[in-house]
Amino acid sequence: MDHTKYCFHCGLDIAPTELIVFSDKNFCCNGCKTVFEIFSQNGLESYYDLEKSPGATPLSNSNKYDFLDNEKIVKRLLQFDEGNTQIVQLNIPHIHCSSCIWILENLRKLRPEISSSQVNFHEKTVRITFNSQTISLKELVCLLGAIGYEPYISLEDYDSGKKSEDKTLTYKLGVAFFCFGNIMLLSFPEYFEMKEYWLDQYRGFFRLLIFGLSLPSFFYSASGYYVAAYKSIRSRMLNIEIPIALGIVIMFVRSVVDITFDYGPGFFDSLTGLIFFMLLGKMFQIKTYSFLSFERDYKSYFPIAVTRITDAGEENIPIYEINPGDKLLIRNQELIPADGILVSAHAAIDYSFVTGESVPVMKECGDRIYAGGRLNGALIEMGVLQSVSQSYLTQLWSNEVFEKKAKRQFQSITDKVSHYFTPVLLALAFAGFGYWIFRNTDTAFNVFTAVLIVACPCALALTAPFTLGNMLRIYGRAKFYIKNATVIEQLAKVDTVVFDKTGTITSGKLSAITYEGSYLSDNKLGWIKNIVRASNHPLSRMLYDFLPEAKNLTVDKFEEIAGYGIDARVDGNAIRIGSAGFVGAKADVSLTQTVIYISINGIVMGKYIFHNQYREGLSGLFAALHPRYDIRVLSGDNEGERAVLETLLPKDTIMVFNQKPQQKLDYIKLLQIEGKRVMMVGDGLNDAGALAQSDVGIAISENVNVFSPACDAILDASQFSRLGELLALSKKAMLTIKWSFGLSLLYNVVGLTFALTGNLMPLVAAIIMPLSTTTIVSFVTLMSNWYGRRIKQAANVVKYDKYHGLRQSEKVILSTQI
Amino acid sequence: MSVIYLLISISIIVAIGFFIAFIRAVKSGQYDDDYTPSVRMLFDDELKKENTENTEKPIQTQEKKQI
Repeated sequence: MDHTKYCFHCGLDIAPTELIVFSDKNFCCNGCKTVFEIFSQNGLESYYDLEKSPGATPLSNSNKYDFLDNEKIVKRLLQFDEGNTQIVQLNIPHIHCSSCIWILENLRKLRPEISSSQVNFHEKTVRITFNSQTISLKELVCLLGAIGYEPYISLEDYDSGKKSEDKTLTYKLGVAFFCFGNIMLLSFPEYFEMKEYWLDQYRGFFRLLIFGLSLPSFFYSASGYYVAAYKSIRSRMLNIEIPIALGIVIMFVRSVVDITFDYGPGFFDSLTGLIFFMLLGKMFQIKTYSFLSFERDYKSYFPIAVTRITDAGEENIPIYEINPGDKLLIRNQELIPADGILVSAHAAIDYSFVTGESVPVMKECGDRIYAGGRLNGALIEMGVLQSVSQSYLTQLWSNEVFEKKAKRQFQSITDKVSHYFTPVLLALAFAGFGYWIFRNTDTAFNVFTAVLIVACPCALALTAPFTLGNMLRIYGRAKFYIKNATVIEQLAKVDTVVFDKTGTITSGKLSAITYEGSYLSDNKLGWIKNIVRASNHPLSRMLYDFLPEAKNLTVDKFEEIAGYGIDARVDGNAIRIGSAGFVGAKADVSLTQTVIYISINGIVMGKYIFHNQYREGLSGLFAALHPRYDIRVLSGDNEGERAVLETLLPKDTIMVFNQKPQQKLDYIKLLQIEGKRVMMVGDGLNDAGALAQSDVGIAISENVNVFSPACDAILDASQFSRLGELLALSKKAMLTIKWSFGLSLLYNVVGLTFALTGNLMPLVAAIIMPLSTTTIVSFVTLMSNWYGRRIKQAANVVKYDKYHGLRQSEKVILSTQI
Repeated sequence: MSVIYLLISISIIVAIGFFIAFIRAVKSGQYDDDYTPSVRMLFDDELKKENTENTEKPIQTQEKKQI
């Protein structure tokens, strides 16, 4: 087979039998060819110049967006709707390169009714302004679908209003920087203590200006620290915010006193600098991956509307209006929104969102089908048993764990240090005050305030944000996306790792295949290969890839019976491929694997067994984790794979099977009650409860843009085998923080000697503060980069994937400039 | 030397002007998407070229393939 042929549009391999040549270019299917035609007719061929094979095969399912006929639904999706102008923001997961941006921003060339469209690459969204008189939202969505940019419209869009981003920190930082910069400039005359006549004369004016400029910084920018300090006092915790807030307030009061009574210039420069640097640290700690979401629940995956069958005909209703007893129509690739009973004869349902298992499950008429499955194949009818929120899967989200998670407080390493730091600091301040009060009252007050000013743990407070913020970026480059900085601290504390089986330690995509039964000659294998080639069933496709090359034969008769198998005739031989009952074999009840039986001319030859394919490097990873962590495997499946797992994993790995989503959650809870710090690694919606309950929940995702349940971190599946390294790195990060704590305490000691002896000049404070800050920041950045260098190097050699991340797309831009 | 009052006041006012500009930029969402505009900037040329040199298109794509 010629493997060098790739589709001009989507870049996938072309099966030789399906090759379509159109205007000297190769296409893998009609869909891709059609998109090319649309683009070339409208003069949009540049699409293919910006990047090679940027497209996606359009899905042909014209009825999929029928729900957009329902005006109530459309209204909720629109961002703006007045007169004829409507604006909608759509999420398009396929956006991945410059070609995508180009074509989507030139939509108006395809349909003049679209007045403008704007892409946000990071968020993978496009904002389209269009004329509602001439083009409806449904037509627009179908147009996008037809060119391979199918928008992803889920229940989430329907529910929530547009989230407005919190920009307060940006404003605060802006104000702080403005005040800090100007005060620094105005303080210069004081630094050099120029005794020149004119500077002395205007000193009052300068100081007044400085005082005025410090007000916004003190009252607005630093306000967060006062609130946090007040809260921690009320909850009787000695947080780092208490000495910070105390330092800031004392600094301000002392400075005001100093300038009013002309004792000196005050500490306004240090004060505003401190506030600025600490806000900078806060900003640095926040690393958002706007194309990812860590808060997804089932709503992100469920459709907005479904088709209900009533006596009057079909109608589209929002899924909240589904009631038990309704009859629903589910089309190919649509999600089953609620638990129910299958009314049609057969259905193949893909539960990969839920369990991670990619092979569809066959259901017969009268079987129970659960919400969350995706239909594969012809449309079905189903009767609803439970409303959406009462279904087996969605019920999980009513567990209190999902609400508690947001509020749960962790004692961070900084808090732990400040637990000792704060009392010591206060004791020192009072001791100094007590010592000086009998000698010199003025000095006593000076010393008291100076201690609190100089010991204000700026460097201490900056250590963790800068280390962890830098770590977040290093992890991000290794395709390990972490929600926030506290997760890294939690990672370092973990002592128990629980893995989900299907989809997590097995890969959802590939299956290893073995054959059991009587010998099949090459000839016979050729027959089978020719038959399965014509079938679109996922198992057939896998079997086709597995079987050796064979010459093409004509299949005389071919009939695919959904839910059973294929009945075909090749070279005069009747061949059946499918379930045990279908080919006439005895079903092996004890067998738990997925199998396909083969019969030739009525004689059962044997069966192909589809095994779970374990991820690469699994044994290595477990062996590496084993000495340091308590490892467990938690599976929703039956014990079929226990023997295989036992050979792969270290001897005493505990494996638990047949776990329902709620049981997984309870299992984690039990471990936590035993005092363990649990990390859960899962992938499907059925792990969502366990991920939320665990101390650190990591979701493994094959394609981070499309799917992941709510979690603390998302790990790209290609990086799975490096989980051990990533965990080790988190420990190194904590080590860096501890070292840097030592360093910043050293600065505090130096500063305190000045303060306690009553020699703290504003200039000394103005030097110590930025000096300590910059050394600490560079120290932690260097250290964490040094520890993270191996991770980075390895991440650079990661193979090119179709939905590549940002780094690859940057390369793409470069190539267009050449 | 009382001109210093005037000069300093002017410098502060200029600084405040820039500060207001910054706040406006944040408000209008200029910092929301720091990637797409950089790509978009390169496109306009692409579009014009494509209109005038439509005939050369197939050759260009051939070259691309070899890369």
